[in-house]
Amino acid sequence: MIRFRERLYKWIFAVLAFASLVFLVGIVLTLLIHALPALIQLNLTQFIFGHHWYPTYDPPEFGIFPLVVASILVTFGAMVVCVPIGIGSALYIHELAGHRQRTIIKPLIEILAGIPSIVFGFFGMVIVAPFIQRVFGIPIGLNAFTASVILGIMATPTVCSIAEDALSFVPASFREASLALGANRWQTLVKVVVPAAGSGISTSIILGMSRAVGETMTVLMVAGGAAMIPKSLFDPVRPMTATIAAEMGEAVMGSLHFQTLFAIGLILFLITLLFNVIAEMVSRRFRLKLGLGR
Amino acid sequence: MKRFSLLRQTGIMFILTLVLAVATGGSADAAGNELTIKGSTTVLPVAQVMAEVFMDRNPDVDISVQGGGSGVGIASLLDGTTDIADSSRKIKDKEIAKAEEKGMTPHEIVIAMDGIAVIVHPSNILSYLSKEQIKAIYTGKVSNWAEIGGEDRKIVVVSRDTSSGTFEAFENLALDKEKVRPDALTTASNQAVVMTVASSPNAIGYAGLGYLTDKVKPLRVDEVECTRETILSGAYPLSRPLFMYTKGEPEGGTKLFIDFILSEEGQKLVDEEGFVGLK
Repeated sequence: MIRFRERLYKWIFAVLAFASLVFLVGIVLTLLIHALPALIQLNLTQFIFGHHWYPTYDPPEFGIFPLVVASILVTFGAMVVCVPIGIGSALYIHELAGHRQRTIIKPLIEILAGIPSIVFGFFGMVIVAPFIQRVFGIPIGLNAFTASVILGIMATPTVCSIAEDALSFVPASFREASLALGANRWQTLVKVVVPAAGSGISTSIILGMSRAVGETMTVLMVAGGAAMIPKSLFDPVRPMTATIAAEMGEAVMGSLHFQTLFAIGLILFLITLLFNVIAEMVSRRFRLKLGLGR
Repeated sequence: MKRFSLLRQTGIMFILTLVLAVATGGSADAAGNELTIKGSTTVLPVAQVMAEVFMDRNPDVDISVQGGGSGVGIASLLDGTTDIADSSRKIKDKEIAKAEEKGMTPHEIVIAMDGIAVIVHPSNILSYLSKEQIKAIYTGKVSNWAEIGGEDRKIVVVSRDTSSGTFEAFENLALDKEKVRPDALTTASNQAVVMTVASSPNAIGYAGLGYLTDKVKPLRVDEVECTRETILSGAYPLSRPLFMYTKGEPEGGTKLFIDFILSEEGQKLVDEEGFVGLK
C-alpha cells in the first residue's frame, strides 16, 4: 500500500514538473508557427533594420528598428536607475542595517515588486511625466527618460532581493578570515564579500533587465508611443512590448500584421532567453570558482 | 483504507466541481436573456449607460458590455461571441465579405453622432485651424506653432493607436489616409489624449466631443465650431456617425434594446454622455 502511494505521488509531481515544460514548448511552437510566415515573406534585413513602422497602411511597412532601439534604450535607462538603488540597498540591508531595520526594509522593498504594473503606469502618466516635463522644460513628459525611471523603480525589488540573497549566501568564514587578517569593514566588503557574491549579483542585474525589457503596461502608458528612432532621451519611443499590446487587438488574425507582431514576440523571447542563459552561465562559473558546489 | 481518504476527498471535490460547472453552464443557456455588447471604446460609455437603464427596467435581461475597439467588436460579431458590435466607423467591405462567407448579413444602426474635436492647451493663442493645417501638422509638414500663426514652440503631436476607431475616423476625415508623422505620440484612449494635451502647452490632439474637459481648448475647424448643432447638421468637418451592428435584423432582446436606444429617452442618455443624440 505504502509503496503504491509513494509511486502515485511521484507520478503526480512528475506530471506537474513537466507541465511547465509542456507550456514552454507550446508557447515557443505557437510563436514560431505564427511568426515564420512573416519572417519568410518579409526581407529579414528590412524587417529588423527598417526605419518605418506603418503596419496598417497600404502598402504596409514593417520596419521594427525603432521599436528595438526603444526597448534597448528604456531597458538600459532602467538599469542606470535600478542597479545603484537595488544593489546599494542590498548592501545596506546586509552589511549595515541592524536586525530590526532589516526585518522592516526587506519586506517593504518586496512589496514594491507586488504593485501591479498598471498602477506604476498610471502613477508615471499622471504624476511623474508632468513633473519631468516641468523640471526639464521639455515639450512632453511621456518619453524614454520617464519610462526608464519608472521601469527602473519597478526592477529595483528584483535586483535588491536577489542581490541580498546572494550576499547572505557568502559563508561567514570568508568574512571572518578577512577581518582576522586585519582588513577593515570596507575592505572586507569590496574585496571579499562582493566578489564572493558576484554570481548572485550579476544574476540579479540580468533578471532585472529581463523584467524591464518585458514590461508592457508601463511603457505603453508612459513611453509616448512614437515609432521613431529617438534623437535624445527625451523623445517619445515605442518599445516592442507596447507595440504588440497596442496592435494585437486590431490585427486581423492570420494577416501579415498579425504574424509580424508574433515575430516581434519571438525576438523579445529570444532576448530574454539570452539574458537567462547568460545569468545561468555567470552564476555557474562563479560557483565553481568559489568551490561552492551548490 | 484510511490512507486513501485524501485521494477520495480530492475525487469528490473534482466531481462536485464538474457538476457545478455543468449546472451553471446549463442555466446560462436556459435563461437566453443575455446580451453581449462589444466594440468601440468611443461607444462604450453610451452602451454602458443604456445597458444599466435597460436592465433596471427589465430585470430578467442580463447585458454585458465590453470595449476592445471597433475592429474587435465587429470581429466578435462575425465569430458569434457578441450579439451587438459597437463601432465608431462604418463596417469595412472586407468585413462584410467575411460575414457573407459565414452566411450572415450585418445590420447597421446609427445610434448617435460624434464630433472629433481638435484640442490644444488653453494657453495656446490659436483658436482656429483649417483642415489643411491640421493635416499638415499630423503628416509632419508643419512642426512649429509659429508656422501657422502661433508662438515659436515645437508642436507636440498627440495621436491614437492605429487600432482605435477614433484614429480611423480621424485618418479618414482629416488626413485623407495619409501617414501620421512617426514622432507623433500615441495614446490608448480618448481620456489619455485629453490628459496629455491638458498637461502640455505645446500639444495638439483629437478626441470625441464627449471627452472634452475645461482643461483643454477645442479649435474651430474651417471656421466651424465643434458643437452638437454643427455635428448633427454635418457642417463640422470632423463629424461622424456611431454605429451598432447586429447579426441580420435585430430580434428578441436585441431588438428591444436597440429600440430603447433609439427612443427619445435613449437619445437623451446619448446627450448626457456627451455625444449628439439624433432627436
